[in-house]
Amino acid sequence: MRSLFEGVPARAAWGLVCVIVLLYLAPLVFGGYVLSVLILCCYLAVLGQAWNVMMGFAGQLSLGHALYIGLGAYASGALFFHFGLGPWIGLIPAFIVAGAMGALIGWLGFRFGIRGVYFALLTIAFAEFVRILFDHWGWIGGSSGMFLLVQNRNIDMDAASIANAFWTLRGPNWVFYYVILTGMVACLVTVRLLMRTRVGYYWLAIREDQEAAQAMGINVLRYKLLAVVISAMMTAFGGVFYAFYNNTLYPESIFSIDRSIELLLGVIIGGIGTLFGPILGAFALTWLGEGLSITQEWFDIAGLKLLTYGVAMLAIILFRPAGLWPWLRRLLGMEERRPDA
Amino acid sequence: MLTIEAVDLHYGDAQALSDVSLTVEEGEIVAIIGANGAGKSSLISTIAGIYRPTRGRITFEGEDITGWPSHLVCDLGIGQVAEGRQIFPSMTVRENLEMGAVIPRARKLAASTMERVFTIFPRLAERVRQDAGTLSGGEQQMLAIGRCLMGQPRLIMLDEPSLGLAPTIVQEVFRIVHQLNTDGLTVVLVEQNVVGSLKLADRAYVLENGQIAMAGSGRALLDDDRLRQAYLGL
Repeated sequence: MRSLFEGVPARAAWGLVCVIVLLYLAPLVFGGYVLSVLILCCYLAVLGQAWNVMMGFAGQLSLGHALYIGLGAYASGALFFHFGLGPWIGLIPAFIVAGAMGALIGWLGFRFGIRGVYFALLTIAFAEFVRILFDHWGWIGGSSGMFLLVQNRNIDMDAASIANAFWTLRGPNWVFYYVILTGMVACLVTVRLLMRTRVGYYWLAIREDQEAAQAMGINVLRYKLLAVVISAMMTAFGGVFYAFYNNTLYPESIFSIDRSIELLLGVIIGGIGTLFGPILGAFALTWLGEGLSITQEWFDIAGLKLLTYGVAMLAIILFRPAGLWPWLRRLLGMEERRPDA
Repeated sequence: MLTIEAVDLHYGDAQALSDVSLTVEEGEIVAIIGANGAGKSSLISTIAGIYRPTRGRITFEGEDITGWPSHLVCDLGIGQVAEGRQIFPSMTVRENLEMGAVIPRARKLAASTMERVFTIFPRLAERVRQDAGTLSGGEQQMLAIGRCLMGQPRLIMLDEPSLGLAPTIVQEVFRIVHQLNTDGLTVVLVEQNVVGSLKLADRAYVLENGQIAMAGSGRALLDDDRLRQAYLGL
């Protein structure tokens, strides 16, 4: 606990606790549409946080994170589809498959000195390989998709039914909301704690100057691999959630580059390399997107949403290149105190 | 202490080092001088384990370290201050120094080494909490050297520590190198500042096009006509 809040100003800590409590209370007030948007926010925040570990902290650009979403989704989805195994059991193979794939790509890239954009191209290439492979793999449904049985949309409000809904992830929307919200908080805590360890500092060193890190005796290959594996596993959690929330899996859509891009936009807007950037970005972008969709329909202006998205991105890159969170944090006086001295 | 025998290094098809042999004895300052692109930085990066030589052997205190990864070379006690003061700009001075004590052997001694670094570089002590990116060029160079010392090296390789510094600061850096050497550190100094480094060095090697063109004591090279002509225009 101490390590979690060390150096954080009291108002920031209380602010955070309040926001989290409010988010946990949200289903008491909102249902239906608002709740499903909140689910999307949290889901993108999880993916953003995962991507941020690799790009924001360890400085390795990935443009193929959809790969780990897909692997997580298909690993757990297939186990459920074929053997009736639940999501929490499916999470284990999802972690293993995504982690192993991350390690493979990382090893291929880092061992042979492929860096920066070239490494990013490698990540796209692998996402495409796997998409094509899954398109032709009958056991998981191939290009015609895999469908998970939707059950228990309405449940009794007794303890056993609720516990069952959480365990099987078959239930009403608020069950999914609590799962992904808790996942988001868990990711936040995990990354925060990681960044307080030696590993976190090594990542920052590698991000800032890989040669210098190497010259100091950091095993650069090992720590870059670790970043990819952890990021892949966190993303796979998002994938498992996706499978059980969406219930339909198509390689075409789940491994698509659009998905890889979608998850990193929020981080760029929120602030790369910050803990709250991915969360802030995911919430801001999702609500903006939803708001624009409604406006677009209302006034019947096709393309308004995409146009505004583009303008928003441009504005951020021009005026707040570090993202919204570093600026907002200063505005609110919530900057973290530097440890010691 | 350090022996390099007939080392070749290639970047793809381009040859950066060819048949380079040199020795560094314990307690010496050895300068490696040469023009841009002569292979000076390639040579020390090869010793540090960042590049793998295509031929030849590198031994440190009797141990064959050819092709060892850089973190293991560091662990043996070879420290490297890379060219261009590669400090971590968004970390504070203290964080930069702490990062220098990566290897377990150094980590235990971090607190006392930091005290020592502060006595060598009092300016760093004044700026512990400042972001390293806000330091002046000379201070950044001192931080880079201090960070390297945090790793408990017995041999320190400095890649152009005088690069882009004002003449008085260069003097200061050379004075510190001399002091570190007096305190028992073996030094390999890569420099374009020929006069300054030859005055400082016990021995020196001149690299030309990836080959050792001349070798000798610092004084002798300073008086050498060929060298004076090629590098000092005299």
